[in-house]
Amino acid sequence: MSAVATTVKPEGVAERVPGLWKTPSVLGVFTVLVALLVLISPRSGDSTFRWSRQGDWFSIPDVSLPANAVVWAAVLVCLLCTAYAAWNAYAGRKSPLLLVAVFAVVAVAGFLAWAVAGKTLPVVGLLAGSLALAVPLVFGALGGVLGERAGVVNIAIDGQLLFGAFGAAIAASLTGSPWAGLVAAMVAGMLVALLLGLFAITYWVEQVIVGVVLNVLVIGFTSFMFSQVLSENAAALNNPPHFPRWEIPLLSGIPVVGPIFFRQTVLVYLMYVAVFLIAWALYRSKWGLRVRAVGEHPKAADTVGINVIATRYRTVLLAGAIAGIGGATYTLVSVPSFGREMTGGAGYIALAAVIFGKWDPIKATLAALLFGFASNVESVLSVIGSPVPSQFMLMLPYVVTIFAVAGLVGHSRAPAADGKPYRKS
Amino acid sequence: MSEKGPENEPAETTKVTDDDVVEDPQDSAADTDRVAEASRWHVALREITTGNALVAVLSVFLAMFFGSLMILFTDADVRYGMSYFFARPSDTFIYAWEAISGAYVSLWRGAVFNDLGSTFHQQIKPITETLKFAAPLTLAGLGIGLTFRAGLFNIGGRGQMLLGGAAAAFVAVKLDLPMIVHLPLAILVGALVAALWGGIAGLLKALTGAHEVIVTIMLNYVGYYLVFYALTRKSLLQAPNSGNPKSSPMPESAILPDLLGPKFNLHAGFLLAVLATFLVWWILNRSALGYRFRAVGENPAAAKAAGINVGLAYFSAFLISGALVGLAGVNQVLGSVTDGATSGLDAGIGFDAITVALLGRSRPFGILAAGILFGAFKSGGFFMQASESIPVDIVLVIQSLIVLFLAAPPLVKAIFRLPSKEA
Repeated sequence: MSAVATTVKPEGVAERVPGLWKTPSVLGVFTVLVALLVLISPRSGDSTFRWSRQGDWFSIPDVSLPANAVVWAAVLVCLLCTAYAAWNAYAGRKSPLLLVAVFAVVAVAGFLAWAVAGKTLPVVGLLAGSLALAVPLVFGALGGVLGERAGVVNIAIDGQLLFGAFGAAIAASLTGSPWAGLVAAMVAGMLVALLLGLFAITYWVEQVIVGVVLNVLVIGFTSFMFSQVLSENAAALNNPPHFPRWEIPLLSGIPVVGPIFFRQTVLVYLMYVAVFLIAWALYRSKWGLRVRAVGEHPKAADTVGINVIATRYRTVLLAGAIAGIGGATYTLVSVPSFGREMTGGAGYIALAAVIFGKWDPIKATLAALLFGFASNVESVLSVIGSPVPSQFMLMLPYVVTIFAVAGLVGHSRAPAADGKPYRKS
Repeated sequence: MSEKGPENEPAETTKVTDDDVVEDPQDSAADTDRVAEASRWHVALREITTGNALVAVLSVFLAMFFGSLMILFTDADVRYGMSYFFARPSDTFIYAWEAISGAYVSLWRGAVFNDLGSTFHQQIKPITETLKFAAPLTLAGLGIGLTFRAGLFNIGGRGQMLLGGAAAAFVAVKLDLPMIVHLPLAILVGALVAALWGGIAGLLKALTGAHEVIVTIMLNYVGYYLVFYALTRKSLLQAPNSGNPKSSPMPESAILPDLLGPKFNLHAGFLLAVLATFLVWWILNRSALGYRFRAVGENPAAAKAAGINVGLAYFSAFLISGALVGLAGVNQVLGSVTDGATSGLDAGIGFDAITVALLGRSRPFGILAAGILFGAFKSGGFFMQASESIPVDIVLVIQSLIVLFLAAPPLVKAIFRLPSKEA
């Protein structure tokens, strides 16, 4: 063997083969898990899926199917998907993402059919609620994607969400307008981003450290203010007006789609706009090219005349404003008033969505929606009564993330200069 | 060894610091790309280690200053004084002085020495409280600092503490043994379970390259719900005759003994923390394993080229880290809060420990010192909350500001207009 062959080939083989077999093995594990459900505790009765809601143009009838049959059908489809993925891996090909998506939908449907046997699952309510729960995660993940694309790791998403919620509650209470609260949330998110930028960009402090510490700082500051100021004047300072639900005419009448996507608050519509605007701008505009250049190869960007420091600051501030909107969701939509540590670590979930979504705005959004779905499945099932202890339902999204990060994403590649300060020499 | 340790450690620290200072300009002048390629943690550690003692003192001072501002602007009396500031400005300043001095005096009384105490033991009780709070912070800080040295980031402190504490509680309440066996067994099982829990992150990182930050964050939630589940099942941890998610109180035979008699709350957990400090110092600076950790932390590619099994180093670093953080949970369950394990037994220490490890510059004795300092803040903070009704959360603000300022010496120097070496 020539020297070239020995240096190149083993590395390529070693890198590729285990990566290829990861997808089929993860799919196999989940197929076995779904099969174990019916084997260990077979269900009797029919599972009913409800598709329609009041206000639809026409109503789709409820679908009732025998639970056991549905689960076995799902196991069969899952097996086929796994076999196809294994065949792909054997042939040295990567399995398409669509296959994983089909597998996921079928496996989830099988699980739901098993869980609601003998009862009715409101599918539309489940999905609409998932979307609403995912809103702060999506905004947080978008902020995270933007920052990291410019080369600044943002662990402080949680701090930005919390400070956004805090700012929104106070400003909306003082002015009586949720719009003022929204602006204040963006400013609050930008303040945290400014600190992140100051320490990470200007003073080259390790960005993971800055992020973690900023989260603690925001928790300390908002909890202090909550006990010291807000709780004494709750009526004046912590009584924010909420965004009403806006039904978009015509669109909201479409069965299934309407109630899920078009009977939401303005923040959800803002989210649609933000996702598509950022996805378009990042890949199709001059601005996006510059941001990505600064995150991949700052030296080259500097050489062609892009101001690396200024670009990073601008992007991080924009990212902070976006994450701040996510924070506003808490106090202006979902919860009556601000409470200490009210985000409950959602920013860390958004961070997971960023990496899960491979630093791409659309994929990160989908990952965030997945988390929203998983947490809403738990709350819906706990209402209609589920055979699984609620703690296991609650931990499911996190377990799935671990599997996904280990099995499906694996060596995900961050922007090349992510987390590295730029030192002009 | 106990005499040698503290002497050797500062020498080691200063040596590394000097090396780094000399290295820095060379590196950046020679090849910025190479610096960027070299471990980010190397850069990070260098930034933390090059800060000198003056910067450290000024950082603490600055953080306290911002803390004072927060107290000032939220103090009811000060705000009342400001409402007629232009009529009688002196009132505002008097109220401000009272608010600030009251806060810091009560912080001191709660953390070190309470001169208002009527008996000697009441007067010195605060310092023993400080050490009690320092024990879990130090233990968890040691675990997290150890992963820092191996170039890893362990945000899973919460989950590891919960699992360790719950496992120790399980052994404590389910078994009936003489103390000489019961207590060590409970501690050991707690550390072991937490080590395995932490090891998951290291194993996944080694086998699949899964990012340890995400995995440890997710394991925090999974661990929380697992422990919560165990606390709702009578067969596992839930106390009989109770509907609450809480275990029975710990039996006498499994409780860490008091160090200074029943008048003080200080228990043997602090001893455990000091022993762990020496142990981690030995592992990091005297054992082949520690050498591998540091080599991998400095530059994994170079370590791999030198024949070190990087994956194994990641896995073992997380095992040891998990065990240490788990001991912090054990310390809580068997020492500080012995009336039963709950799903909140970690009390946020898993996250506080990250700042402790950073402040201690990931060096064992530095972490012990940082743990005692933060323990003092905690003890004093609770006292301050009780006597001056200033929320204890201000301690979080001061702690995080200290770490931020310490990590950015040029900023501190700029604020105080000190000459900066880089200029």
